[in-house]
Amino acid sequence: MAHTEAHAAEAHAHAPQAFIWRYVFSKDHKVIGVQYYVTAMFMALVAGLLAMLIRLQLAWPEKDWSALQKIIPGGFDSGVMRPEFYTMLFTMHGTLMVFFVLSTAPVSGFGNLLIPLQVGTRDMAFPFLNGLSFWTFLCGCVVILTSFFVGAGAAGAGWTSYPPLSALRGAVPGSDIGQTFWIAGMVLFIASFTMGGLNFVTTIVNMRTKGMSMLRLPLTMWAMLLVAILGLLSFPALTGASLMLLLDRHFGTSFFLPAGLVLNNVPVVGANGQFLHKGGSPLLWQHLFWFLGHPEVYILMLPALGFTSDILTTFCRKALFGYKAMVGAMLAIGGLSFIVWGHHMFVSGMSPYLGMAFAVGTILIAVPSAVKVFNWLATLWRSRIQYRTPMLWAMGVVSLFISGGLSGIWLGQGAPDIQLHDTFFVIAHFHLIMAGAALFGVFGATAMWFPKMFGRTMNETLGKLHFWFTFVAYYGTFFPMHYIGLAGHMRRIYDPYQYPYLKNLQPLNQFITVSAIVLGVSQILFFVNFFWSAFKGQKASENPWNANGLEWTTASPPPHGNWPGAIPEVHRWPYEYSNPSAPTDHVMQHEPPMAVEAGH
Amino acid sequence: MAKLQGLLFGLATLVLVVVATVLFMKDWLPPLKSDRVGIDHAIAITLVVTGLVFIVTNLLLAWFSYHYQDHEGARAAYWHDNPRLEWTWTLVTAGILAVFLFNALHLWGQINSPPPADAVLIEVTGQQFAWNVRYPGKDGVLGKTDHLIASQDNPIGLVKDDPAAKDDILLLNQLYLPKDKPVRVEVRSMDVVHSFFLPNFRVKQDAMPGMTIEIWFVPKETGDFDIACAQHCGLGHYRMRGQVHVVPAAELDKAVAEAAQ
Amino acid sequence: MATDFFEARAPLAPPVAERPGGPAGPVSIDDGDGGHRPWTAFDPAQFGLWAFLGTVTMLFIGFTSAYIVRRTALDWRALPVPRLLWWNTGALILSGVALEAGRARGRARDGSALRACLLASGLLALLFVAGQFQAWRLLSRAGFFLASSPHSSFFYLLSGVHLVHLGGGLVWFVLLRFRLRARVYSDAGVDRALSLFATYWHFLALLWVYVVVLVFGF
Repeated sequence: MAHTEAHAAEAHAHAPQAFIWRYVFSKDHKVIGVQYYVTAMFMALVAGLLAMLIRLQLAWPEKDWSALQKIIPGGFDSGVMRPEFYTMLFTMHGTLMVFFVLSTAPVSGFGNLLIPLQVGTRDMAFPFLNGLSFWTFLCGCVVILTSFFVGAGAAGAGWTSYPPLSALRGAVPGSDIGQTFWIAGMVLFIASFTMGGLNFVTTIVNMRTKGMSMLRLPLTMWAMLLVAILGLLSFPALTGASLMLLLDRHFGTSFFLPAGLVLNNVPVVGANGQFLHKGGSPLLWQHLFWFLGHPEVYILMLPALGFTSDILTTFCRKALFGYKAMVGAMLAIGGLSFIVWGHHMFVSGMSPYLGMAFAVGTILIAVPSAVKVFNWLATLWRSRIQYRTPMLWAMGVVSLFISGGLSGIWLGQGAPDIQLHDTFFVIAHFHLIMAGAALFGVFGATAMWFPKMFGRTMNETLGKLHFWFTFVAYYGTFFPMHYIGLAGHMRRIYDPYQYPYLKNLQPLNQFITVSAIVLGVSQILFFVNFFWSAFKGQKASENPWNANGLEWTTASPPPHGNWPGAIPEVHRWPYEYSNPSAPTDHVMQHEPPMAVEAGH
Repeated sequence: MAKLQGLLFGLATLVLVVVATVLFMKDWLPPLKSDRVGIDHAIAITLVVTGLVFIVTNLLLAWFSYHYQDHEGARAAYWHDNPRLEWTWTLVTAGILAVFLFNALHLWGQINSPPPADAVLIEVTGQQFAWNVRYPGKDGVLGKTDHLIASQDNPIGLVKDDPAAKDDILLLNQLYLPKDKPVRVEVRSMDVVHSFFLPNFRVKQDAMPGMTIEIWFVPKETGDFDIACAQHCGLGHYRMRGQVHVVPAAELDKAVAEAAQ
Repeated sequence: MATDFFEARAPLAPPVAERPGGPAGPVSIDDGDGGHRPWTAFDPAQFGLWAFLGTVTMLFIGFTSAYIVRRTALDWRALPVPRLLWWNTGALILSGVALEAGRARGRARDGSALRACLLASGLLALLFVAGQFQAWRLLSRAGFFLASSPHSSFFYLLSGVHLVHLGGGLVWFVLLRFRLRARVYSDAGVDRALSLFATYWHFLALLWVYVVVLVFGF
């Protein structure tokens, strides 16, 4: 004991004093977590604005936007949005949101902040690698944002970047140099995510404090562990595919490009009069991309599911129902996510037998997802709910997870997907379940763990207002997309009203756009609350929510090294709420065993 | 205030359920004009079952969030495991999904089965941003194509010396289909990935460069409908539009010949 | 016999048995490898490295599946095996052998032999790198460029990606050598640091053999 404390003192002495080493090139997991979070928030702002522009175009495609043209001269032509700008908008909205916002804020942001605090260690396993990971990520952000201003603009082949559209430089303006920047940005992002993932896995597996067995980990930690494993195993497929795409684009190879490409009635030939490319397979890209892409959606979602379980139990003062089933469900979701990628390719022309196999896996994944919902409901049953802001967000995740999950059963069956594929039904589905759950999870986590970021609590009134506006506007934006999708409204379409059968959807599209603008504008509440509370909010105690995890046993914010004294030892799981034999309604993980517990 | 929050949460979800149900009263899917009625049935059954689950889970969520609120002196139940209950809902869910899957796979197999021998052969080749429709003519054989000789006047690179090519008939963005006769469509692409989408026929097939992908279906009603491109294929993706004209089977050849002039 | 690696190290790190945090080292927040807890099964650095090897393996599995798919296409034109590759492969394997010999001598506290072995290992690695560049030159002189055929594309791609990983290994090697000289490690730490590096180095040799077998073996 004595030397542990001596060591802790040493740890304090190690905290760098200079501002630049303490807050800029820091190796402290909490600082890195906040750096990631704030960067992701900035990227969210950019990606959100892109979404607003997409919605404007879909609601009023012919309207004169001269006022906007003054701000973005390149995007409009005599007041009307240009199609090349529109392709850039949806490509970059998807790319930024999926990778640079919703993979980053919950995973790299809260993962870094929470892992050492919740497993009980002084920092991540490899702090230097952790710092390097953030700076690599920042380089990725700079590269991907720069791409808006190079050549013919940012990438325009969709966030999925299907070749040949993304490979032939004349196929769409964004495939000029913007796509190369996209590849570079993605490779940097993946490198950063890999460094982070190595840290996550190692820290959670090896650096748990005494008594913290795997089955005493908060579900957030299980989620982070799985996310890191999914990332490490699936991202390499996109790294490899991106490199091959780069070679196809610039060095004339034919990984993804078949023979016989004719662009604008001119065969794509080399100097010898023969086709420049031959034998490549565009389907190969889709397989490699979705081999990453499907685990990727769980990388976004699993942390939110973890946050939700932790927040829900804290604010309904009830033990989590079916902890082992929850862990099992996450493991099953993570495992199955590797064998379902083909459900993105039901109509791509791959073998129908493969399609069948992928449909089986996809429907199978609904079972553990349903188990999670039932367990949350059972947790709420006979609880006593305290409506604080984090709780509202967690309930929001449950609601969105139900709504978005159910439409997955429509799509996953294969045959209905023939009609619904590449329509707004799919957009509705994944915005509710993947983007929505991840986003609401991040907002919930922000409200919950804000004390551990800045030592203050967020303003409750602003927080609740923000929740209600976001919740209603989110449904208002994305739920009607099911209807227009069923009606056959294709995605990624610059002017839907070219098709007579889509003309009568314009009023609904306008409703969606108004909801989207409300959704966008109400995020101002969040930004105001975030920055105001970070500096002026009410000072938080060690454990403002009476929660059980180890992160609540130290100061808010925790000092460098996390615990000024010894690292607490763990005696139970983190969900010991309202045990009738305990004197208080919650027993923290580090509290010594109670008399009743000593018995077993 | 806390009570109100819970009530509001319950109300919000309930209102959504009601709004969703009312809106679904409308017939959203484009009117069906082909034999692929199985897809509509699958969608309808899925709607009913998932709709029920949606309503029940949201009602529970609403009820719990309203009823189990914090109040003075109350303590939550200490209850965190019930293996029998957990196995029950896991297996029931799995059972229901297995039924879905069984139906889905059957339907999938049906749609992807080999075309009947008497199916009318048509080739559809996507290019930025148009659909080239080709009929094999009297000989029933499509002539050879060579993409190297593709040009403004010969967008799919038809080899004109090929005897089979002599009677091929090419149309642009106009697809004539026979009523009540199976149609076999060979979907191809000249440049990027397109998606041959016939909303009224429940047909969607990506046109993949370098591949010839065959699909088949039976048009069931005469009339004029849309061909859409469902896969982002470049700047003109939104206007890559064509028309389907379903005519009585006996009049197909005449209609195609007239359209070619 | 004793040389710079093993002399006068005690002041920098206390003897292993007395360290806080158990025999594996202190729970230090500033060096990445000290966080090992006696009640967890693995050494964090080793564990992290294996996780990294897992992700590199997945990268090459991705390439392999692409290779298998692509091989079935009609435009496949076989690439002749540059003879030089066998020599390169030999150099890389020998480099690993020299590293292991060095580790064995290091455990016997024979510093000068360790240094000699490390030098040999490094030179053999450089020989491999030079040999790879030469192999590319020979191929391109014979008219096999990156885009000539899918076979040559895959050879350049896979050997290039392997070489990038090997380059990372060389940077690590130089840093390690530098830190050994600067007496950063304790006695036990020397072998631990070398063993980590050796794991990566042997993995690269194995990976290279795999690439050769994949591209030219079948």
